Amino acid sequence: MNETIGMVFICIGIAFDFLGVLGLVRLPDVYNRLQAATKCVTFGSMGILFGVFLIQGFSSFGFKALIGIIFIVLTSPTAAHAIARASHRSRIPLCKETIIDKYEEDKELKKEIDLVQEEELKK
Amino acid sequence: MRVLRWIIGLIIFAAFFYFNFFIYDGELLFKLINVILFSSLLILLRVMFGPTAADRVISVDILGVLIIGMLALIGLFYNESFFMDIGLIWALLSFIATLAFAKILEGRRLDE
Repeated sequence: MNETIGMVFICIGIAFDFLGVLGLVRLPDVYNRLQAATKCVTFGSMGILFGVFLIQGFSSFGFKALIGIIFIVLTSPTAAHAIARASHRSRIPLCKETIIDKYEEDKELKKEIDLVQEEELKK
Repeated sequence: MRVLRWIIGLIIFAAFFYFNFFIYDGELLFKLINVILFSSLLILLRVMFGPTAADRVISVDILGVLIIGMLALIGLFYNESFFMDIGLIWALLSFIATLAFAKILEGRRLDE
C-alpha cells in the first residue's frame, strides 16, 4: 500500500519537473523563466523525495529524504529571489509584452525620497 | 518559421515519449529516470544558448535541484542510501554558487 502511494507521489513529482523545465525552455524572459522553473521544479523534487520517504519508511534513507525536502524548501526560494534581484539591478531588459514594472517605480520613488531627506538635512 | 519550430519540437517530444514508454523494455523506475535525464538535456540547451548570464545561472541552479530527485530514484532502485548524501552535497554547493553568482551579477564584491 505504501509503495503504491509512494509511486503516485513520484509520478506527480516527475510530471511537475518536466513541465517546469518546459517552461524554462519556452518562456520569453528571464523573470518568466525564473517563475516557471523554480516553483515547479522545487515542488516536483519535493514530491519525489516524499514518495521515496513513504516507500522506505523510517530508515536512514527515509530520513535523508526528509532532510532533502527541508533543505530544498529553505534554499531554493532564497536563490531564486537573489537571482531575480540581481538581474533586475544589472539592467537585464524585460520582454516586449511587459505592461507594468513596479520594482522600477519603487526604486525611482526611493531615490526621490532620499533626495528630499538630504535637502532637509542640509537645512 | 514559427510553425516549423513548433512542428520540430512536437516531433522530438512525441518521439521521446513513444520510445521511452512503449519501445524501451525496462523497469518503471528507469523509465521515470529517463524523463528526468531528458529534462536535464533541455536545461543544458538553455545553458548553451541562453541570451543573458542570468539565464545560465538559473539553469545551473535548477539542474542542481533536479539531480537530487534523480539520485533519490537511483538509490531507491539499488536500495542504497549514500546516493542521497551525494544529492545533498550537490544541492548545497549549487546553492552557494548561485548566491555568489547573484552577487557578482549585481556588481558587488564577494566580501561585502
